[in-house]
Amino acid sequence: MQDKTQKEAKSLPFFGIPKILPYIKGYKNMMFIMVATGLFGSTIDIILPIYQRYALNHFVGEGTLDTLPWFIVIYVASLVITAIANYINGYLAMKLEVSINRDLRAMAFDHLQTLSFSYYNQNSVGYIHSRVMSDTSRIGSLFSWSLAESIWQGTYLIGAIAVMLIVKPGLALLVMLVLPLIIFLFSLFQAKLIRLNRQIREINSRITGNFNEGITGARTIKTLAVEALIEKGFTDETANMRRTTVKAARYRGLFASTIGMASSLGLAIVLWRGGVLAAGDVGTFALFMSYAQGMMEPVRWIIDCISDFITTQVNIERLTRLLETQSDVTDTDEVIRIYGDAFDPIRENWEPIRGDIEFQDVSFRYPDGDEMVLEHFDLKIPFGSNIAIVGETGAGKSTLVNLICRFFEPTEGRVLIDGRDARERSQLWLHSALGYVLQTPHLFSGTVRENLLYGNPNATPEQIDKALKLVSADDVVAKLEKGLDTDVGEDGSLLSTGEKQLISFARAVLADPKILVLDEATSSVDTITEQKIQAAIDTIIQGRTSVMIAHRLSTVQNADCILVVRSGKIVEQGTHKELLALNGYYKELFTRQYEDEATASVLG
Amino acid sequence: MQKRKTVNMAKKKNTKQNLLVLARFLKGSRLLFAFSILAAMVTALADMVTPQIIRMAIDNALGGKEPVQPDYVLKLVDRLGGFAYLGKHLWIMALGIVIVAAVKALAQYLFRVFNTKAAETLVKTMRDSLFRHIQHLPFAWHGLNRTGDIIQRCTSDIDTMKNFVSEQLTQVFRIVILLVFSVIFMTGMNPLLTLIALIPMPFIIGYSLIFHRSIGRGFEKCDESEGILSAMVQENLTGVRVVRAFGRERYERDRFHEQNEEYTSLWVRLAKIMARYWSSADILSGLQVMLVVIFGAVFCIDGRMQSGEYVAFISYNAMLVWPIRMLGRMISEMSKAGVSLERVAYIMNAEEEAPSEKGLKPDLHADIVFDHVSFAYENSPEMLHDICFTLPAGHTLGIIGGTGSGKSTLMALLTKLYLLPEGSGRITIGGVNVKDIDTEYLRKNIGMVLQEPFLFSRSLKENIAITRPDMTLTEIREVSRAACLDDTIEGFSKGYDTFVGERGVTLSGGQKQRAAIARTLAQDARIMVFDDSLSAVDTETDAKIRASLKDHFGSASVILISHRITTLSQADEVLVLDKGRIAEKGAPEALKSAGGIYQRIYEIQSGLPQEGGAYAG
Repeated sequence: MQDKTQKEAKSLPFFGIPKILPYIKGYKNMMFIMVATGLFGSTIDIILPIYQRYALNHFVGEGTLDTLPWFIVIYVASLVITAIANYINGYLAMKLEVSINRDLRAMAFDHLQTLSFSYYNQNSVGYIHSRVMSDTSRIGSLFSWSLAESIWQGTYLIGAIAVMLIVKPGLALLVMLVLPLIIFLFSLFQAKLIRLNRQIREINSRITGNFNEGITGARTIKTLAVEALIEKGFTDETANMRRTTVKAARYRGLFASTIGMASSLGLAIVLWRGGVLAAGDVGTFALFMSYAQGMMEPVRWIIDCISDFITTQVNIERLTRLLETQSDVTDTDEVIRIYGDAFDPIRENWEPIRGDIEFQDVSFRYPDGDEMVLEHFDLKIPFGSNIAIVGETGAGKSTLVNLICRFFEPTEGRVLIDGRDARERSQLWLHSALGYVLQTPHLFSGTVRENLLYGNPNATPEQIDKALKLVSADDVVAKLEKGLDTDVGEDGSLLSTGEKQLISFARAVLADPKILVLDEATSSVDTITEQKIQAAIDTIIQGRTSVMIAHRLSTVQNADCILVVRSGKIVEQGTHKELLALNGYYKELFTRQYEDEATASVLG
Repeated sequence: MQKRKTVNMAKKKNTKQNLLVLARFLKGSRLLFAFSILAAMVTALADMVTPQIIRMAIDNALGGKEPVQPDYVLKLVDRLGGFAYLGKHLWIMALGIVIVAAVKALAQYLFRVFNTKAAETLVKTMRDSLFRHIQHLPFAWHGLNRTGDIIQRCTSDIDTMKNFVSEQLTQVFRIVILLVFSVIFMTGMNPLLTLIALIPMPFIIGYSLIFHRSIGRGFEKCDESEGILSAMVQENLTGVRVVRAFGRERYERDRFHEQNEEYTSLWVRLAKIMARYWSSADILSGLQVMLVVIFGAVFCIDGRMQSGEYVAFISYNAMLVWPIRMLGRMISEMSKAGVSLERVAYIMNAEEEAPSEKGLKPDLHADIVFDHVSFAYENSPEMLHDICFTLPAGHTLGIIGGTGSGKSTLMALLTKLYLLPEGSGRITIGGVNVKDIDTEYLRKNIGMVLQEPFLFSRSLKENIAITRPDMTLTEIREVSRAACLDDTIEGFSKGYDTFVGERGVTLSGGQKQRAAIARTLAQDARIMVFDDSLSAVDTETDAKIRASLKDHFGSASVILISHRITTLSQADEVLVLDKGRIAEKGAPEALKSAGGIYQRIYEIQSGLPQEGGAYAG
């Protein structure tokens, strides 16, 4: 994953804008209005100093207030018009920002629903999460605020120059001499600043990581008595942070001071070469003063916007790559035509599923691996039979399940469901007939009822009761304060692991799947709950094809077939009796576990 | 009434304590902050001077009007050649502007640097003291507080406080300085016009304040909604298997879109309010400018003001408008910092682990004695009852017991992770109560391998040598070999420089345990504790490691906590713990036939189960 982030291109043609444009073209009109109001508002902004010039030259210079009412009317009118333009411009910029965010988020989210598991295996949840949530918002603000700002400031700059050129070309050109120098200096600082800011962000995330380590590793740090060393590492990091931030501040300070200096330089030029005006034409003099001082800020803003464009390239790159990632497991157009896709299934064309599974000469390699983990594997799992997969943690027991569920597809060979290649029907067709119980039960935040209905939204209250009773989860629900309407918390954190397990069993039963996959719990639950869970498993595998990933061998002795996995490969296969007689790896595993469990039971 | 008073008093005391924490944090950065405020004052002053130069240029040097400036200014002008001379040599005045600008630029630069230095020093002090403090809090405190919450206090709350001091506080200072200076200069020129300019100010501040207060709630709602949306994505991603297996992609999509829509519409509603505020505030400040322009013009016509003064006055006024609008926002955001301070002070005010009073450092190659030890965790029933045993120096003690039997608690007491209260027995090493032994010395000399080892996100080399950073690679490899880890590490492409991912994710459970064993061997401690630390390696490796450890223990006293009889048979004596009591005690060979729990376990582990027979557990 780390390699991945490094591979990301640092610069794209035109800041990557062409890549993202297709996704936001629906906002052309809104952007147009935003730009137009920005142009309009900033034009009026340019005109404002002209009022002062008029006040000075006409009222003060000529000593009369004859046009005062008109002056007030026009001034207030301009104010109101600017305010309206500003209102529309500001409102649209914000709306544009959040709308683009919303659309990009939705697009990314929807796309993720169709990506295969290899994507999820190769990218951490945190990584994907920030693609959906933070990249999108950076891009959104680029196309609203940065765009609006650069238009506004750009117009002001051009307008101010234009007015000055019209009023007094010679002086205007002199004042403008300052500009190229400033732009050159700014762009020099800006490149350094972008680099420093990136460094600051990196150090910052390391500091957070250090806090995390210092807190979660507290016991180890204390028992090793290495507080001083760990602290040293931390203070080095914070010192580094201070150094880098102050360095960045120096550049930023130079930046700001240069701008201040430049506008004063402009002002000095006006006074030096234009001071003569003050005698007769104080108004024009004041006008030049305003522009000379006012035109440096826009330059800074424009450069800021450019650096936004530069830094957002990475976000554009990451997001578009996510959106362009193709799923490894896709349904053909033909299949989609008949069966529908993940969002819009055509259920009336779905054949009822029986639950026969067959591996035919299947070879398999994970998309990100180089080794074949299955080679020419054949296995028939007729409807109603019960398969167990055993082996140590991390030995690769999930591979077969991944193939059965079509989370992955065989590299060679076929997986048949009811005698036909799984690829001839849609993924959703298979998944709708599937029940899946995870070893770390995953509940969604919401009520118990909502979680139960997850697998079967149309279940009646009677069915819910029945399912709960079947897996002995009715006691759990009865104990809860609000029964079925109790909130389970984020990731079910308000329930105990055992309770979550039973609820997830009930959820699977409600879905009434033909094929049931059980990733057995190893989590420590008390003996009574464990017995309940075991009983629940025995009940729910009745009348279905079931595949169980087992950690405790005691639970699989009655399986029709046990597959023994070691280092990713199936090394032994048979019934419990056959495997024991083999006197091989299974027997070793079994003996060790037997000892451990028996010991634990004696110790209580 | 009485009750309310005490509550109030408690609150006051708390606030005082919190402010003390802040004062402690500010040590080391106070002077820097003072400098940055000084620099801000110079900047503001420089801002004031430029319009005066312009004004003199217009009114006196060029306009030839009667000067009204104070004496010291006139003296300066005279030394430069007088107004008439300056009028012909305008470059001198232009140079004056440039000089003032240079002073201002320098002051501005210094402000930025001082302020950032101050802020970063403050942040560093806060982070360092928090980190240090957390390291030294008793282990019991760690048990009571959630990691995520602590981290949030250490990161985002710190940021809020930094922003408060370095941005809001200094901004408010700057604004006030600017305000005061402007008003002084403006009053100096024309008190009446100043009054007119100031009349709308309270309204502008008040409007901004009220607006930012009220919009705060809107922001909170948006934050909440974003939190829900973000959690939804998180859940969808972590639960991707469940989503797919139940075929609920459509449901997930619809749910997400609904929340996404709601979140967006909250923002759009906020956008409307904010845009309305911006534009109306624009009108408000525009009207204020108009007031000044018109009244200024009237005063000029009346002859109460000169045109240069008029221009200067408008400049000062322009400097005021924007900061005044900011002021409302600053004030409204200040309240956030108070909350953060409280949350950080909660950590800082927790009592640190008390150092041992006597701080003795006896030789720990000595008998360890648990003398009638009983212990209960806070608010929990008793965990250990009357534990008595002696581990002679250099001997090996085996401990076996189920979950919750108190094995790990015994070890936590030995290393003083928890302190044994008065009157619940004594733990001594070589006759010295552990209470009186220097804590760091004690822990450095007890090598402990935990059941779920924690590795640091550093290289393997650094992890193994963490207690002795001066170890050579040869030494490191030697202890790794003893832990059966050398071959594995050599197999990695980066060898001993392999970086351990956060919480050691790139290593398997068995590899982590072996790395932790190597780390403990490197510690070369007088006492070694293996807390069920070979559970994740297979039997073969287990045997190998045990054999090599035997050579390595040397003269150390060893405590072996295990479920495996083969492991325990190395011990000189074995304790069988059952629900916090010692159920059996004796040499492993003797216990095998003592007719107790140990014998039953021995029988189970040495014989094969009956085929398909009764299966415990």
